[in-house]
Amino acid sequence: MLDFHPWMPNLSKINEMLKVIGLANTEELFSDIPPYVKFVNSFTSLPQEPLSEYEIQNLIDNRKEKNAKLIMPPFLGGGIYPHYTPKVIKEILGRQEFYTSYTPYQPEMSQGILQALFEYQSLIADLFEMDVVTSSHYEWGTALAEALLMAYRITGRKTVIVPKSVNPRHLKVVKTWISGKGIRVIEADIDRSGQLILEDIEKKMSQDTAAIYIQQPNFFGVIEENIDYVFELAEKYNALKIIGVSPVSLGLLRSPGEYGADIAVSDGQELGIPMNFGGPLNGIIATRWEQKLIKQLPGRIVGLTKDVENNRAFTLILQTREQFIRREKATSNITTNEALIALANAVYLSLLGGKGISELAREIYNRAHYAFKGLTEIRGIEPYLESDFFEEFTILFNTDYDEIHKKLLKNGIHGGLQLKDNVALFCVTEVHLKSMIDYMIRKVAE
Amino acid sequence: MWKQARWEEPLIHEIGDTRTNGFLISKEDVPDVASNVKSRAFKRTVVNMPGLHEIEVVRHFIRLSQMNFGVDNGIMPLGSCTMKYNPKAEVIGQELVETFHPSQDPSTVQGILETLYELQTIFEELTGMDRCSLAVPAGSSGELAGVLMIKKLNIDNGINKDEILVADTAHGTNPASASMAGFKVIYVKSNEEGLLDLNILKNIVSDKTAGLMLTNPNTLGLFEQNILEISKVVHEKGGKLYYDGANLNGILGIVRPGDMGFDIVHLNLHKTFAVPHGGGGPGAAAVCAKNELTDYLPSPVLIKQDNRILIKEPEKTIGKMSSYFGNVGNLVRAYVYLLGLGGEGVRSVAIMSTLATNYLITKLKGVEGLTLFPNNSRIRKHEVVFSAKNAKDSYGVSAEDIAKSILDYGIYAPTIYFPQLAEEAIMIEPTEGEPLYALELLAEALRKIMETARKEPEKIRMSPYNTSVRRIDNVYANKPTTITPTYRVLKRRERGENVTL
Repeated sequence: MLDFHPWMPNLSKINEMLKVIGLANTEELFSDIPPYVKFVNSFTSLPQEPLSEYEIQNLIDNRKEKNAKLIMPPFLGGGIYPHYTPKVIKEILGRQEFYTSYTPYQPEMSQGILQALFEYQSLIADLFEMDVVTSSHYEWGTALAEALLMAYRITGRKTVIVPKSVNPRHLKVVKTWISGKGIRVIEADIDRSGQLILEDIEKKMSQDTAAIYIQQPNFFGVIEENIDYVFELAEKYNALKIIGVSPVSLGLLRSPGEYGADIAVSDGQELGIPMNFGGPLNGIIATRWEQKLIKQLPGRIVGLTKDVENNRAFTLILQTREQFIRREKATSNITTNEALIALANAVYLSLLGGKGISELAREIYNRAHYAFKGLTEIRGIEPYLESDFFEEFTILFNTDYDEIHKKLLKNGIHGGLQLKDNVALFCVTEVHLKSMIDYMIRKVAE
Repeated sequence: MWKQARWEEPLIHEIGDTRTNGFLISKEDVPDVASNVKSRAFKRTVVNMPGLHEIEVVRHFIRLSQMNFGVDNGIMPLGSCTMKYNPKAEVIGQELVETFHPSQDPSTVQGILETLYELQTIFEELTGMDRCSLAVPAGSSGELAGVLMIKKLNIDNGINKDEILVADTAHGTNPASASMAGFKVIYVKSNEEGLLDLNILKNIVSDKTAGLMLTNPNTLGLFEQNILEISKVVHEKGGKLYYDGANLNGILGIVRPGDMGFDIVHLNLHKTFAVPHGGGGPGAAAVCAKNELTDYLPSPVLIKQDNRILIKEPEKTIGKMSSYFGNVGNLVRAYVYLLGLGGEGVRSVAIMSTLATNYLITKLKGVEGLTLFPNNSRIRKHEVVFSAKNAKDSYGVSAEDIAKSILDYGIYAPTIYFPQLAEEAIMIEPTEGEPLYALELLAEALRKIMETARKEPEKIRMSPYNTSVRRIDNVYANKPTTITPTYRVLKRRERGENVTL
């Protein structure tokens, strides 16, 4: 038993407290636990004694040495994207009134996070041109799973159509999350340029199709050209139209609202969140204004209201959908969400505004195309899918990509994501300066 | 007297405009090919989203932060939420992972993988389980993973079981998760003492029982002392025992779920392991299993081979609960927290949080209108439930009124109306992190409130007075004609559009 610890202020007051309670010792606090199941050994996976903050800092600093030091951000995307995080975000997230607060169950004392989340919902609504936005989900994959579950509940149908060009990681997550309800995913083919094939989708549609999901740009970075037609098909079969979008791409590409989507899903990671080795992220769900969609939304939603003195105020709304009230009849089991990441997204979007996000999207598009041109001009290197793209593109090498990857790594560069033996998906954003792109291309060519 | 800041802070939409960009975008001298594209996928209109200058953004959000309240402001005795202090050293962990992409070559991220592997090992030992997966983003996704694991195991063994049992004291996520996994939910009643009724359980358990989801200590703060018997009853029918880790704090290191007979465990790192709540999230979690169930864990798990850490997909995995490795940025925070505790500190957490709960109970003894639920002298662990039914019946002051009134003292309110079997429930979890005088303040505040409730109930019913806004109008917030989830909807209504629910 410790007699001092910086995070436990009452260790020196144990006897005083025991006396007030009327107990002789701390063992009596656990006298209702059968003695033979108690754990009495020392823990071997932890140091016996607490480490000091400085010791921890040293330990982690040593760990850092075991990570490779790259000389530039990796050319990796595929679901997580390297972007720049403005310092303002770190400062605002560092406000412990936000960071250490709980889900705003007491709205009167939590107006700060509530207004921030309402503004997050409002900014995403503008960017997506959709009416309703929830206040956050774990990530794109689970947001998509929840959207498909909504479609299942709304239509009562049990299949969903998804082209083979959606993010395979999202699809894996989706398949796990919807497996309990027995919903079947039917995959539709894509053509040699990476575009979806209308005829194939039509062939797979039926009266049991709950929804069609399309990702824009798709997993291969390709900008889908035929979304309007696919959504017309969905309407013909009364299936829900679900679209997944890169939020940054909306500075350049048409929004979910413009496509007339019923539900849009996305991830807030691209809006000012460091990669953090894959999480935390922020799953975005947005819908157009329709009762059947709104009533089936999962998770928390913040709404505008007033207090008893008629002051403007914010609070959680439509809570009767949620698990703590509806239990097994809830629209989802989600409780803890990604509120702080949504807050960061709000800070990011309000910094950039519509003008900034458009400038950013153009700059990314231009740089990605610059890198693509440079790479494909190298002899023996070709585009793999011949479609226009946003921030990611596929490259076909005349050798095993693994060799290229190792060569780049030796030079402190992490190349793209290997898709096949000699195909890789490269991601280029605003964090890849021209000089970095040039250097990478030079090293690939060597 | 405490008074919360009150800024009549306008919305970003009211002060910003679409022409303003508060952040300089890095530009490079590359050809502007974007301008020459003719594609029906390209946007033809401007993005109609307001921007602000940097100082406006900073001021706006700083002002909002002043109208918020976290553990760093004061005590947050929310039952079952374990709002303990979040040590600032945790940020050291984040420095290790921030700039790394999860699809990087494993050879370039061994420092991260080694850390995650160690954390996984620590959780295995703390829970007494064989293997943990950290690739679940939060507690309820861990629950869903757990019940899906049971489901898949049964399918693989050709066994048909479609019922999950949950205690009537269970967190709402238990039935919600079981239902998402496609199970029928059957409730098991608690007895007068507040413990799971063993006789009722014996009657309900059948060949259809896939498992029992239980938290121990339960949400009344009571240790289910018949746990080995419960385990036997469930296992005899081929059911599995699922441990909801939300209430682990009061027994951490004292008794392990694995030793109590549980087959699957989830941990909420944003509760027991001091990851900050962030206003609702992100959290972080782990799901752990024993024996043959380890093969079903969500992918990936980490294994150590020849001093290298390998990323592995469990043989019969249910699949992926999250795209990569879970909320790594938070996992490493929990890791720092655990190093800062050490093996000895882990046990002290349980002792000190349990001590705090029982100290508070003693201090609240005899307060009129508040009754311990159930009204017995059993030791509570991490939390305690009071019923304000007497206050409601005698003075017309509800649990919600009491909760609102506590806010006026600069104290966040306990959890209310849960667990449902306690009428007018007030559920308090003080945690080990609160200094003694903070506990005294909480007890004193409740004492004063109950006294006022008796003498001037109207005063309590009209509370709070000192928060940024007064009591919220929930009817207006949810009314079909006024419900407003975004500024866009507000504007559409102002334009006279019919936007009702």
